[in-house]
Amino acid sequence: MNTIAIHVEQLTKKFDNKTAVDGITFEVKAGTITALLGGNGAGKTTTISMLLGLLLPTSGRIQVLGEDMIASRHRILRRINFGSPYVDLPKRLTVRENLRVFAGLYGLRRADQRIKELAGALVLEEFIDQPTGQLSSGQLTRVALAKALINAPTLLLLDEPTASLDPDTGDWVRSYLEQYSMNTGATILLASHNMNEVDRLCSNVLMMKQGKIVDHGTPKGLVKRYGQETLEQVFLDIARREENIPKRGGK
Amino acid sequence: MADFKPVEQYPDRTFDLRRIGSMGLRYLFLLRSSWTRIIELAYWPIMQMVLWGFMSQFLLTSESPVIKTAGMLIAAVLLWDVMFRSNIGVAISFLEEMWSRNLAQLFASPLRPYEWALSLLFISLVRTIIGVIPAAILAIPFYSYSIFDMGIPLIAFFINLMIFGGAIGLIVSALVLRYGMGAESLAWVGIFLVAPISGIYYPISILPDWLQPIAWALPSAYVFEGMRTVLADNVFRADFLINAILLNVLYIATGFAIFLYVFRIARVRGFLVQMGE
Repeated sequence: MNTIAIHVEQLTKKFDNKTAVDGITFEVKAGTITALLGGNGAGKTTTISMLLGLLLPTSGRIQVLGEDMIASRHRILRRINFGSPYVDLPKRLTVRENLRVFAGLYGLRRADQRIKELAGALVLEEFIDQPTGQLSSGQLTRVALAKALINAPTLLLLDEPTASLDPDTGDWVRSYLEQYSMNTGATILLASHNMNEVDRLCSNVLMMKQGKIVDHGTPKGLVKRYGQETLEQVFLDIARREENIPKRGGK
Repeated sequence: MADFKPVEQYPDRTFDLRRIGSMGLRYLFLLRSSWTRIIELAYWPIMQMVLWGFMSQFLLTSESPVIKTAGMLIAAVLLWDVMFRSNIGVAISFLEEMWSRNLAQLFASPLRPYEWALSLLFISLVRTIIGVIPAAILAIPFYSYSIFDMGIPLIAFFINLMIFGGAIGLIVSALVLRYGMGAESLAWVGIFLVAPISGIYYPISILPDWLQPIAWALPSAYVFEGMRTVLADNVFRADFLINAILLNVLYIATGFAIFLYVFRIARVRGFLVQMGE
């Protein structure tokens, strides 16, 4: 089994004269939950889009689950999935219809059984035959999660999975993701600027700023190295300083 | 407690009818979810048929043998609607994805762009049938005219106009993908660029000399000229049909090529991604 789920080397994305992602290199170990942390415009979403093949890199190399993302994109996509509150499902379709379409796209055998399992696990039964557009944001988040888990992905990419959720629903989603990774050995890479979420879920953090990975480490390790008390303070420290990122191993 | 089971998947294929079927199902679900849209699909063709049917009856007093042929205008209206509905069926289904901000979801899955394009052509066929068949049937009691009397040539005309309308729909969709929702109106107006030179209501010979070669470069010109020879002279021109088919092969190949090319540009420039940040 491959122990590295994601291997990225010198990945760059330029839009005309603007460099959105600037030569980043990193690895994500299989079975871990890793955060891409950074402010708006740091390059998190651009990086996730390239990992999904939605966006072609200007240069660099991406390997996902041991295969080259450019050459084997569609084979890899069968084993991964993603979720984002910024991407909708058709509102006029019911939850069941939406899930059935995606079950077909991912080539699932026994799609109805899988939808039933997910509806039970994510508590969707009550509204599974309602149009998606009639759901509350908490219900929508659970539906988006069901879509992201429809193919039981080995690698799950999430873009701010709990953005705009109330604390209770946010906590519920975090618990579910934790259980999912623990029970299936799946790898999760999530882009976030919710420090509590990162602190709770992630064993590793990649700090992004202006398209670069400016630091990485465990949440506790980063807090200690920067001489701060919380990850949020580390985030603010990095976001506000011009340069002079502390070297790993010393303040 | 959550149930974390692995799933079984069908083997991966470069071209998968299941994925095309899933996208087709999605568009059928969308269509089914709004009865007003279904009614609207049939509404315009019926209105057109009624309007041109009365016009046709009025023109029966004309001296022109072409105009005097019963049902000529009604057939023209219905066949034009096949082409129009085919084009708009592709473009509207494409726009549904743009309106739903859903492209990223779709293309983060194993769906290939050409499978998507084929599913758009499939739903366009469904929408065209829903739109045009009721109008064609209503023309029988209204004007004692049945377009179905044309027989086999009607099927040939229908298929050719469907393909040509679909090809234009793919090109229009590519333009909307490339230039964004500002180009949305092309979905409705794009097809009208070829309407005046398709010879829908009049022969191509009416057009200025310099415009006629351009008109003959369109499959629709051969279809409508062919329709007139069938109705006026009861003659089916096989040469017209062959020309229409050959041109359609060219147009649909061009439509697919432009669609796939723009899709690649979209992946380079990030048009598929609307995930915020």
